[in-house]
Amino acid sequence: MTVVSEIAKIMKQAFIHMIRMISLLFAVSVISFALVSASPVDPVQQYIMGIGAVSEEQRSEIEAYWGVDKPSVERYFNWLSALLHGDFGTSLLYRRPVIEIISERFKNSLALMMCAWVFSGIIGFSLGCIMGMNRDKWQDKIISKLCYLLSSVPTFWLGLVFLMVFAVMLGWFPVGFSTPIGMRSSEVTIWQRLYHLVLPSFTLSLMSFSSIALHTRQKMIDVMNSEYILFARARGEGRWVLFWRHGFRNTVLPAVTLQFASFAELFGGSVLAENVFSYPGLGSAVSAAGLNSDVPLLLGITLFSTLFVCVGNMIANLLYGMIDPKIREVGR
Amino acid sequence: MNLAGHKKSFHKKGFNQRTKAVILSVILAILMLVIYAFGFLISEKAVGTDVLNAKRPPSWAHPFGTDNLGRDLLMRTLKGLSVSMTVGFVASCISAVIAVLIGIAAAMGSKLMDGIINWVIDLMMGIPHTVFIILISFSLGRGLKGLLVGIAATHWTSLARLIRGEVLQLRGQHYIAVSRRLGKSSGWILGHHLLPHLAPQFMVGLILMFPHAILHEASISFLGYGLPPEQPAIGIILAESMRYLSSGMWWMAVFPGLLLVLIVLLIDRLGENLRTVIDPYSAQE
Repeated sequence: MTVVSEIAKIMKQAFIHMIRMISLLFAVSVISFALVSASPVDPVQQYIMGIGAVSEEQRSEIEAYWGVDKPSVERYFNWLSALLHGDFGTSLLYRRPVIEIISERFKNSLALMMCAWVFSGIIGFSLGCIMGMNRDKWQDKIISKLCYLLSSVPTFWLGLVFLMVFAVMLGWFPVGFSTPIGMRSSEVTIWQRLYHLVLPSFTLSLMSFSSIALHTRQKMIDVMNSEYILFARARGEGRWVLFWRHGFRNTVLPAVTLQFASFAELFGGSVLAENVFSYPGLGSAVSAAGLNSDVPLLLGITLFSTLFVCVGNMIANLLYGMIDPKIREVGR
Repeated sequence: MNLAGHKKSFHKKGFNQRTKAVILSVILAILMLVIYAFGFLISEKAVGTDVLNAKRPPSWAHPFGTDNLGRDLLMRTLKGLSVSMTVGFVASCISAVIAVLIGIAAAMGSKLMDGIINWVIDLMMGIPHTVFIILISFSLGRGLKGLLVGIAATHWTSLARLIRGEVLQLRGQHYIAVSRRLGKSSGWILGHHLLPHLAPQFMVGLILMFPHAILHEASISFLGYGLPPEQPAIGIILAESMRYLSSGMWWMAVFPGLLLVLIVLLIDRLGENLRTVIDPYSAQE
């Protein structure tokens, strides 16, 4: 098979995934708009509460401007067309365009999520390899017990405990936020940002590393039970050589794929972690938006988080198709 | 394995794997019921405010300490746990029923139906669950109803996929084909062949969903959705404890969380044991 046709196939797959992603995003926009419209909370009342007392005339003016009196289908299409022109509306809570808030806060969230993602990937994969290579020995038993235990522990509680021990009692880390309090954002150094990231990202990474560790363990056991390992052993390859030549190479890509497919849990976890550590990211914004009935921001972040998850799933699917020759054969 | 060795290990342990699992399940279930009933029966007075005894660290009178309003935290936590368990149980039951119905519909229906259902499952997995529950809760005006619907609506996907796979596999079996040739209707086959076969999967799926649902309930209440703030729910207690962390009231966060972890571990254990009992595949292990 030539390189050109290989690339063409990947492009075709990417195109199919693109179409699927757009259809999913469209559906999410319909569902979330319907859910928000069904809410008993009156957005006009919320808006007025934010700006102070208004007369009856002003109120009806606002209603007319927002189109509250129009049927919800019409309102949906108005919203959608504004959305496609890049206008996500104005946040009631922050009094600024939603798109601005999302892009600003996503940078913070992305830093947090990527740190946790890389960290949980490396730790989880290494622990999975240790367990898989030492199946049923004490290392395996201890680590897998730990993994099962961690999946029963609510992450936000663990975050609270870390905050208490390491920030309040020992004073090693700051209590919250992404930058030191009372400093202009231009003065904050990258080290200060990283310093504020340590606890939240560690908490967030604890949430997802057990699944990757257990998955890698299973994969490693499968590889170690295979016939080519038996043959390699018969040739006299040592444990390290076995691990490096066969175990590592066969397990690392599935693990990376799984990591990409876990963006939804990552984002969900970041909502909790950001609330515990008062971290100014998308997660703390979405819960604040829901509590304060900030509809435009809530809708905007819902769509954006779906896009984020879909991109992760798409990368996972593409990676999966590229690395697994068995799936490649079927697709041909 | 030879028979003699098997016999020996059998005698050494006293019980076989399955009997042990049954005994353990019964003990765990009784323990859970006691905790649940205890939380349920605690009077309003026991969790009432007592400003004179506010912010007390753990002592014999108050093993978990008291909160900022002087409420006994052990009583509050137990009461909150019974609320969480109710919400988790109801939500996972609804979710498991949805999963079975959708799984069967996907596998038995047309190819188009299967495609649509798979797309819906992809959709559900595309929105982060926490965000989706926030949306649903917002839509239903917060409170218990939003919490229940939100958790029930987000937890069915993986079990539905499992059931779909199972039904697809069953459909190819010879005895189903024979049954069809003998003129039995689809409904008869569903009732007599498929559902009995799916019952263990359903039970196991339901039990394994239960701890997840409880954890989700706690985290959503923690964010301020779900139950109203005067309700004693674990998530609400933990959210309140955040305000007093820097003043050194460590017991407000540590003990309620520990008890929650303990309950989740208990349910998890119960689920694993019941799986050994119910699941025909692991019965012989």
